[in-house]
Amino acid sequence: MHMSDGLLNAPVSVVLLVLAAAGVGFALVKARADLDDRTAPMAGLVATFIFAVQMINFPILPGASGHLLGGALAAILVGPYVGALCVTIVLVVQALLFADGGLTALGANVTNMALIGTVAGFLVAVALRKIAAKGKGGLAAVAFISAFVNTLLAATGFIVEYAIGGAGGVEIGKVALLMWGLHALIGIGEGLITAVTVTSVASIRPDLVYLLKGNTKPLEVRP
Amino acid sequence: MKKFFIGFAFVSLLIAGVLSYFASGDPDGLDKTVEDTGIAEHAQEHPFAGSTFADYAFGGDDRFTGLAGVLGVVVVLAISFGLFWMLRKKSDA
Repeated sequence: MHMSDGLLNAPVSVVLLVLAAAGVGFALVKARADLDDRTAPMAGLVATFIFAVQMINFPILPGASGHLLGGALAAILVGPYVGALCVTIVLVVQALLFADGGLTALGANVTNMALIGTVAGFLVAVALRKIAAKGKGGLAAVAFISAFVNTLLAATGFIVEYAIGGAGGVEIGKVALLMWGLHALIGIGEGLITAVTVTSVASIRPDLVYLLKGNTKPLEVRP
Repeated sequence: MKKFFIGFAFVSLLIAGVLSYFASGDPDGLDKTVEDTGIAEHAQEHPFAGSTFADYAFGGDDRFTGLAGVLGVVVVLAISFGLFWMLRKKSDA
């Protein structure tokens, strides 16, 4: 889902760069509370795992593929703030080292995948936390649904951005239909990968699954 | 505890270094959308398109995708571990 440069006009690209920087800055401040000697290494490994899995494009239709975005996966394992930073690091390394995702488009890509995707995945997961606490099946279902929503909302981010300042003036209904249709399929893959990953971690180290911590509340400062 | 972290890192290395050869080469959902609608005509070439590891290859040779993947894993791990370790609340503070 990495946008190249030139798909969005300059003003929208700049606004999204500022938005992304603000979001990442906020996450940097809030992430401290969720990082300690135990969770910091875990967060590094989550970012690394997302990078690795993003390399694996899986087929969804003849001539089309998809890959993990990782927002819900990161949010469930390490929380929304650290999770957003994990996906951001992946996107920056991809853009700078592998020429994957444009430079002026980096703001849009971070906004869609690291911010919108992670927050959406986290909010869904927290809303369904009671189900997630019920055991492996519940956790798998919650991971799947959160990841599916994270994929669709990240795709929606592009649709909105294109509607505001996209190049080429293509009818937005056409863009939306293609994006949502394709990402509904990609979301199934994202859901499966997220469910398998989260339940695997939970079966070995349940203490490292942020969502399963009893004392966490969504988007609130803990005492 | 350490075993889990080493295992997790090993899985990432395996995915990026080996499984990456089996990835689909078809455009992803966004690329497919912009190609089918003609938006892609406005896409600009990446400023680093000619760089050594562009497109997860080595000098344009994608037989080295696994190598690029391993490099990416090492770089992401170093940056993220460094950042998160620096940001963490110190237990003795």
